[in-house]
Amino acid sequence: MSDQRRDQDDPRPSPEALLKEAEREAPRRGRLKIFVGAAPGVGKTYEMLQSGRARVREGADVVAGLVETHGRKETEALLAGLEVLPRKPLRYGSQVLEEMDLDGLLARRPQIALVDELAHTNAPGSRHPKRYLDVEELLNAGIDVYTTLNIQHIESLNDVVAQITGVRVRETVPDAILDRADAVELVDLTPDDLIQRLREGKVYVPRQAERALTNYFSPGNLTALRELALRRTADRVDDQLLTHMQAHAIAGPWAAGERILACVSEDPRAAGLVRYAKRLADRLHAPFTALSVETRRTLQLSERERNRLAETLRLAQALGADTVTVPGGARRIADDVLAFARANNITQIVVGKSTRSRWFEIINGSVVHDLVRNSGNISVHVIAGEEPAAAPAGPSGRSGGAARNFRSAEHTIALLAVAAALAIAELLQPWVGLESVDLVFLASVVAVAVRFGLWPSLLASVASALCYNFFFLPPLYTFTIASANNVAAFGSFAIIAVVVSNLAARVRTQAMIANARARMTESLYVFSRKLAGAGSLDDVLWATAYQIALMLKVRVVLLLPEQDTIAVRAGYPPEDVLDEADIAAAKWTWQNDRPAGRGSDTLPGARRLFLPMRTSRGAIGVAGIDRDKQGAILSPDERRLLDALIDQAALAIERVQLVEDMDRAKRTIEADRLRSALLTSISHDLKTPLAGALGAATSLRDLAGKLSDAERAELLATAIGELERLNRFIANLLDMTRLESGAIAPNLALHDLGEIVGSALARAGKILAGHRVEIDLPRDLPPINIDAVLFEQALFNLLDNASRYTDPGTAVRLEGRLEKGVVCLQLMDEGEGIPTPDLERIFDKFYRVEKGDRVRAGTGLGLAVARGFVEAMNGTLTAANRVDRRGAVFSLRLPVANEVRRIDAAA
Amino acid sequence: MSAPAPRVLVIDDEPPIRKLLRMGLGTEGYQVLEAPNARTALELMAASPDLVILDLGLPDMQGLDLLKALRARDEKVPIVILSSRGEERSKVEALDLGADDYVTKPFGMEELLARMRTAMRHRLQVQGERPVFRIGDLSVDLVRRIVRLHGKEVKLSPKEYELLRLLVQHAGKVLTHRFLLTELWDPLTDAQYLRVYVRQLRQKIEDDPERPRYLTTETGVGYRLRAPDTPAL
Repeated sequence: MSDQRRDQDDPRPSPEALLKEAEREAPRRGRLKIFVGAAPGVGKTYEMLQSGRARVREGADVVAGLVETHGRKETEALLAGLEVLPRKPLRYGSQVLEEMDLDGLLARRPQIALVDELAHTNAPGSRHPKRYLDVEELLNAGIDVYTTLNIQHIESLNDVVAQITGVRVRETVPDAILDRADAVELVDLTPDDLIQRLREGKVYVPRQAERALTNYFSPGNLTALRELALRRTADRVDDQLLTHMQAHAIAGPWAAGERILACVSEDPRAAGLVRYAKRLADRLHAPFTALSVETRRTLQLSERERNRLAETLRLAQALGADTVTVPGGARRIADDVLAFARANNITQIVVGKSTRSRWFEIINGSVVHDLVRNSGNISVHVIAGEEPAAAPAGPSGRSGGAARNFRSAEHTIALLAVAAALAIAELLQPWVGLESVDLVFLASVVAVAVRFGLWPSLLASVASALCYNFFFLPPLYTFTIASANNVAAFGSFAIIAVVVSNLAARVRTQAMIANARARMTESLYVFSRKLAGAGSLDDVLWATAYQIALMLKVRVVLLLPEQDTIAVRAGYPPEDVLDEADIAAAKWTWQNDRPAGRGSDTLPGARRLFLPMRTSRGAIGVAGIDRDKQGAILSPDERRLLDALIDQAALAIERVQLVEDMDRAKRTIEADRLRSALLTSISHDLKTPLAGALGAATSLRDLAGKLSDAERAELLATAIGELERLNRFIANLLDMTRLESGAIAPNLALHDLGEIVGSALARAGKILAGHRVEIDLPRDLPPINIDAVLFEQALFNLLDNASRYTDPGTAVRLEGRLEKGVVCLQLMDEGEGIPTPDLERIFDKFYRVEKGDRVRAGTGLGLAVARGFVEAMNGTLTAANRVDRRGAVFSLRLPVANEVRRIDAAA
Repeated sequence: MSAPAPRVLVIDDEPPIRKLLRMGLGTEGYQVLEAPNARTALELMAASPDLVILDLGLPDMQGLDLLKALRARDEKVPIVILSSRGEERSKVEALDLGADDYVTKPFGMEELLARMRTAMRHRLQVQGERPVFRIGDLSVDLVRRIVRLHGKEVKLSPKEYELLRLLVQHAGKVLTHRFLLTELWDPLTDAQYLRVYVRQLRQKIEDDPERPRYLTTETGVGYRLRAPDTPAL
């Protein structure tokens, strides 16, 4: 069975389709309905208001967030019955502009908000520069939105509309908004009717644009726009149908895996190319990628060109493309493009028509020709594109490029190098002859090329050629050449000089690119090593802040979630504080997982740019960047570097957090294990003696008449013995509780070891009745600083333990001795000893050495309490096995009191 | 017995304990008065009991405060305290406030009866001293100041003898560190002095000083010399 067959036969819904459905159906997000029209005046607002009123009649909570009536009576009448949100005045310079009150609307939280003119640009100082971003936020807050949109404002159709009507609108809305809308209603009106309405003054026309618009509303234009609107809406419907069919596993004609690649450059027409690729991708239901190739030429781009390239890539991203920048490794750009295309299964390449001169193409080769010639089965679209008429004034691309590349110092040095070559050549000429002099000039050209790149070396080539001609080729001191031989020599010199300078310059730029990349890779590597070594969250955050600040020369703050908000956790320089606008932007970034602040779409008034830090598990924090320099905070390259740094940091933060989570989980498991051991132990240790005592007591009651005196005595002894055991267990439990709650405050005083051993033995008399007890305490042991009650209890527990783990008749031996500054008391038994792995664990709570089927009736607490008490008195308690014979030995060590007052008994 | 049954006032809020004492003491010929709280206890003091058994943990009054109140009404009546293990400090305080002895819960009836007998005997005996005191193989002639172990005279220093005399006078009763220090030196003396003398005394009057039979330690409280009529514990 081939893969393809399987794909076709597989009736399961595709996961992506289900995910898309689910995203759309997620309960939090509001639903978006867009009323689309071909041109102003078709009645979108009217239609929207009518829909809104219909919903009100159905009982929905509808608020008009912002509706432009443009003074039309019918529209105003419709608005009459609706709740209208007051607009928010914004002071801008001397003007006061009115905008939609986004926060008011979010606070009011209606079911449905009516928001007119989706493509509107907000006044400066608003939270978002564009109204569609306001709408996004409303949707994210779970509010349904009805809105209106003219077809000309859709990003991917922007060029087409401009071509049709000759008017380019600056206010555009990303296609994604339209594609994500849950419902799109096309408000259609025939061109004739629309022109009629225009004549009747029913169409709002800004006064200053009146003349331009008369052209706009020609029947031809309107027909074309109408068709565009119908087609775009139909495309979307098609898309919806496809999603639905995929989600419900309905067999159908799926797109045959088309993939589109748009080759973009800094050329101003690249934006049009991207839009074309988007339209193509939409029609084919194919994903599309925007590719930029980094070559030695792109390294020399001006700031303006770089920004344009970045903008084009951003546009592609906004249109739903993946954007990729690859280094140009091959000799020809076309080879790089095709290599990328083959590696990514691209089926169609979109490329702009060349405007290079014929000469340029002969020397450098034409990318388009190379592509077409070598593309194999990949289709290549070559599109003309059109330079935007509204391009801001200023030096245009190419001439500006040349002027910009003129760096006077380098060119002066190039000329000086030629002058030096001339001097050397003059000196050498008498010895080496005319033919070898040109090599001196070539050397200078190569040196300039390697040092300064293409333009200075070309200058050096030209200067060298002229000097060579003027000073060395006869007739001397003229620019004419006499002999044919010398013409050939001069010609070959000129060609070699240009080629060499070109080659050397290329090597140089490639070396520069390689160096820059190596430096960046090195820095990233060092950074990742640093992060890998950072153990705590604070270390990771500090290293991140420091590294970003160091590599990008910016100020950095890192914010992490804290309870339900986010707070600054690290920063470099560390003393930076956030003002209110910054805090608002940071919060917005955190809540919406999108960049905000300076240079972004949201809250551009903030001082910093805030970027979300995310991992595959979701957002984990926010990074804020600030730089004293005016204008854009980061160049596209820097932004890429920052993204790499932030991604690495996010992973490291996640790792630390995961480790913390794991530790916590481990501790919880450990606590659970202890708790269940406690329960098992307590229930066993409480129930067993209780059962014994209760059994004995009830037997005495129920069988009183039938028992002999001896039997009665035995039952009584059982009851009493069991109850005493219960008493010891409860005493241990209470001691353990006191120890763990920190309620043990030793009442330290100097005591005689022998005295306490005596009283402990007296207390343990009954349980040790069957054992021999041997005592060996030197008379001259110094007194020790202890709490007598605690020490006696610890010793009693050890004696109790010994009695239980040894057979009656064996000896329990107590030996005291003075070690270096320590009094050591050892308790030795003649039992089976302690298995080596258990030597430490026997001091754990509820740990019992179990052997075969012989379960010892211990409490599992006695030794833990003994050690707790001894340690509370600054002593130690350890267990070992005897070396002289079988058996265990417990060693109690206590420091000798610092000042032992010798008390003379004879006094 | 022709003498009237001695009356014992039992002050304890736990009915099972009171019941146990009523039965146990009843069979031993005591008449038991029961008080479940401090108020009833003070009322019953009017009946001038011959002995009081007081549980320090009462619901309506601090045990030690009640002890003071009881002493204020009758400074002679013997009082035996019931307390729990781990409450050594309150035991010592109670003893220093005039309680005669204590029994740690849970306790055996035999132990309680022994404490009660000792306490009552000392009340009767305060006036006169026995000329010769004997326990086991130890004899102390208080008139002639001669101490014998296994019939052989034992030489004691004056302080050792003073200590032993005190213990003999209160044989069977626990004596707190503070009481002994006050009697032998002054109350501010370091208890270490006392321990040293006890150790030396044990070496002279005990067969095995590490496991004393006569002079026992009540850890955290004080010392007790065995009463002549009780077996070694």
